[in-house]
Parts: sequence; structure tokens; C-alpha cells
Amino acid sequence: MKLITIAGPPSSGKTSVILHLAQAARARLGVVKFDCLASFDQERYEDAGIPVRTGFSGKFCPDHFFVNNVEAAVQWGRRLGLDILVTESAGLCNRCSPHIAGILAVCVVDHLSGIHTPRKVGPMLRLADAVAVTKGDIVSQAEREVFRHSVRQVNGNAKIFSINGITGQGAFLLAKMAEGARDVETLTDMRLRFTTPAAACAYCTGEMRIGEAYQMGMMRKMEFGE
Amino acid sequence: MISGGNNERLAREFFRNLNLPWPAEGCSVEDALAALDPEWLEEFGLTAEEIPLRLAEFLETMTRASALRPLRSLTVLGGRDKAGAPEEAELRLVPGDAVSVVGPTGSGKSRLLADIECLAQGDTPTGRRVLIDDAPVDEDERFRLGGKLVAQLSQNMNFVMDLTVAEFLEMHARSRMPDSADSDVEAACAHCFERANGLAGERFAQDTKVTQLSGGQSRALMIADCAYLSRSPVVLIDEIENAGVDRREALALLSSREKIVLISTHDPLLALEADRRVVIRGGGIRQVIETDEEERSALAALEAIDRTLREARQQLRYGESVRIP
Repeated sequence: MKLITIAGPPSSGKTSVILHLAQAARARLGVVKFDCLASFDQERYEDAGIPVRTGFSGKFCPDHFFVNNVEAAVQWGRRLGLDILVTESAGLCNRCSPHIAGILAVCVVDHLSGIHTPRKVGPMLRLADAVAVTKGDIVSQAEREVFRHSVRQVNGNAKIFSINGITGQGAFLLAKMAEGARDVETLTDMRLRFTTPAAACAYCTGEMRIGEAYQMGMMRKMEFGE
Repeated sequence: MISGGNNERLAREFFRNLNLPWPAEGCSVEDALAALDPEWLEEFGLTAEEIPLRLAEFLETMTRASALRPLRSLTVLGGRDKAGAPEEAELRLVPGDAVSVVGPTGSGKSRLLADIECLAQGDTPTGRRVLIDDAPVDEDERFRLGGKLVAQLSQNMNFVMDLTVAEFLEMHARSRMPDSADSDVEAACAHCFERANGLAGERFAQDTKVTQLSGGQSRALMIADCAYLSRSPVVLIDEIENAGVDRREALALLSSREKIVLISTHDPLLALEADRRVVIRGGGIRQVIETDEEERSALAALEAIDRTLREARQQLRYGESVRIP
């Protein structure tokens, strides 16, 4: 079974890209969706006949939640006899990066998010093997080219695909790339491409009150100067 | 090796992208690298050793990005239509060619474009093959060109950046020529601005916000920008509106810039302006029609009607009574 990690900011079009990928790949594809509080994509996958599981990180750091569950996701996919398993996760803090060394990593970003977005989303784009850019059909050619340049600025090696989430145009080449992804039986002992956020502070364990007295564990303080 | 001039400007951009501090104005790239704090780097998932390597890679990528081999020809070899019947067609296009693509909704016009865009090699649902310079395209080349080959202009496109026309053009030009001198960038922008104004029915200024341009002005700017600043050798025009843009001039401009122009339209003024038109039905190319003499004279008659309409529009715009001569 081939594994692909697909990540991108909320509402960038990840689900649409995956749906078109499933169609273009002509393979048995399943999805594990990692989200925080709510997700409305389960039905879209089910309607398309795509096996799907959704996990909510709730009060846990979404990245830690992902790493703690991704191996079980792989085993679920294998039990189902999938050809391709896609993990879909939203980079809510722009620092998230579910990408794993040796596993095809895709980042989805959209043209409407602004041309500085590629430089702000961090490792999930910087360390991706492919960047799928959506919503290009409603902005000008110049903006598409500047956006591509902006992606290049932080990731010189990724393949960049322009994908129309409505018609699916552009998904073919991404499917082509997915065919070449490596087969996995287990992720055990493989490594993430980037550290997950350090999260072991009082707020991680449910603290809600604000103030110095309640702050414990690992934390980082901003310096405001004069 | 990387001090001074454009390389230093690029190096500073690299630092900014990674949120790394540039120690002081006028400081050399080497000094900036030496001043990096390993602890700060670690926090952002970087190591001191990898930075110079990544910087070298960045400089290479940015200079490589500005070079795209010129295209000598693009050929579409027929595959099969929706019914599985063979598509007997071969369409060879060279820079400066303009062809229109016609056919009812759902006939397969978008499919044809998608095949060109992904440089199909008999592996898409249509089975078509696309050749560049009369040769098949290998996987690497496909991924490299994917998304860069075809520039698109359509009715649905808008500017979304909050920039003036001048800023907008400069931003695009800079992304195109990241290692060029300021004077070259300025010249390219000025040229593009002048031509855009030539195409638009109403003039606009350099300090107009792109989001405030009228439909016609936006289209004119997009066309001139495609002609002068876009690197894509193929331009697809999808049902461009007729108001406020000199379409003949627009096509002439794109052709003169050695673009291959595909126009998906049923507007006779635009479709007949092309030398050939590709007729699509049932998912396949049915026919390629050369625009003949009779059609050219029909075009002249249609243009006269169009001129009348434009004059009436102009009279309305300036508060005059509409008078047809």
C-alpha cells in the first residue's frame, strides 16, 4: 500500500484535491482525516465511495495526535486492502508538519490565501515533495505565476501542480506522482521530517486560567522591549 | 562568491523567508551566515550546517526559475473520442499561431486543454499524445513544465491582490527575473503598461489599484501582462468578454510575442480572427477548418456591426444621444 501525507491550511481545498486524486489514480484509495474539533468532509468521501476514518485531536496538539495515530491508520488501510492511503490534516498553527521522511508529502495551498502564504505555512510546505495550488481559475495569470515563485522561494525542489478543485484539471499529474510513491507495511522506526511543537505546559493539561501563577512546564515568552 | 549586487538581494530574501535576522545594513552574506545563532535555528527546525547549502540551492533555484527553453512546436496527436472511436487528427502549432477551439458545452474542449497542459503521453482518458519540438516528453520534463506551459485568461479571472498597477507589474516582473537589474525590470513594466493601455477602451494610471480596474481594463492588463511578463509559451483564452478590449490588437500582440494562442470561444469576431479552428464533438477533434476568404469577408461585415455597437456604447458612456450613422 502506498501512503501519502496531505496537509494544508483550513479551507485550502485538500478534500477536493484528494477526491480528484482518487478519480485520476484509478486505484483503491482510502482517507484518514485528522482534524481538531469538527469536520464536514466525511460525507463527501462517503458519497464518492471512498473508505474514510476521521479522528479529532480535541484538546491535544494536532501534530502529536497525528504521530500517535498514524501507524494505526496505516494498519487500517492495509486491512482494507487499499492501494493508496491518504492522511489529510490541517496545519492549524502553520507549524504543523505531518510529513514523514521517505513518504510522499503533499501540501495544498490556495491562491486566495495571499501570495505570502507559502512563506508563512512553514515545514508542511517547505518540506513537501509536491505542492498542489488550488483556486487558480479565479485569479489572474500574473498572480498564479507570482504565487508559484513564492512557493519556489521556500521550497526549491517540490513539484508544483495547479489543480482546479471543481473540475479536477491538473490532478492527473499528481496521480502520476502518487503511482510512484513507495509501498509501506509499517511506519515504525521511520522519522518525521520536522519536530512537532514542544507542548508540555499547564495549558496542555486543561488549565484555563490566565496568569503567571498558572503557567508551568515548557513555555516561551515574547520579548516586548520598552 | 555571493557578495554584492543581485545575489546579495536574493540572499536577503532567503533570510527573510526563513525568518533569520540580517545583522546590519551593508553586511556581507558571509558575515550574515556567521552571525546566526544555533539555538534560534534549532527552534525553527534548522541547523547551522544546512543553511549555506540551502542558500546555494535557493540561489540556483531562483536563477534557474527565470530560464525556460523556447518552444519550437507543439503537436497534438489524436487518441480516441468518448465512444472509443479513433480520433483522426494531428494538430501542429508553432509560435505565433492562433487557433480557435469550438464545440458545444461538454463536447471535450476542456479535455483538449487538459491534455496539452499535462503533456499527455497516451496515458490520459483520451489517449492523446502531445509532442514538444516533434518529440515525446519524458516524465521529468512533464513535471517540470506542468503548470508552466499554459497561461490562461478567462472571463472568471479577477485580480485579488491589493496593489497598484505599477506595484503589481513590478511584483510579477521580479518573480520572472529575480536576478535581473532594476533597470531591466522597470523597462519591462513600462512597456507592458503602455501596451495594456493601448488595448483598453479607457486609459488607466499606474497608481490605480488593480482591483479597481473596469472589466475591460483588467482584461487589457491581463493580456499585456501575458504577452510581456508571463513565461508560458502557450496562452489559452477562454470566452473573453467583448466590452472594452481591442481583441484583434490583443491577438496580434500575443502572436507577435511568439505565443501559441488557443481561443475557446463562440464569438465569431474572435473565432474568425484565428487562422484555423478546431471543431470538437463527442470528446474528439472532428475537423480542423482553415479560415477561408469567404469567412474573412464575413468577418469584415461582423466587425462593422461591432464598430457600430462600440460607438453606441461610447456615446452612452459620455452622456450623448445614441446616433447610428
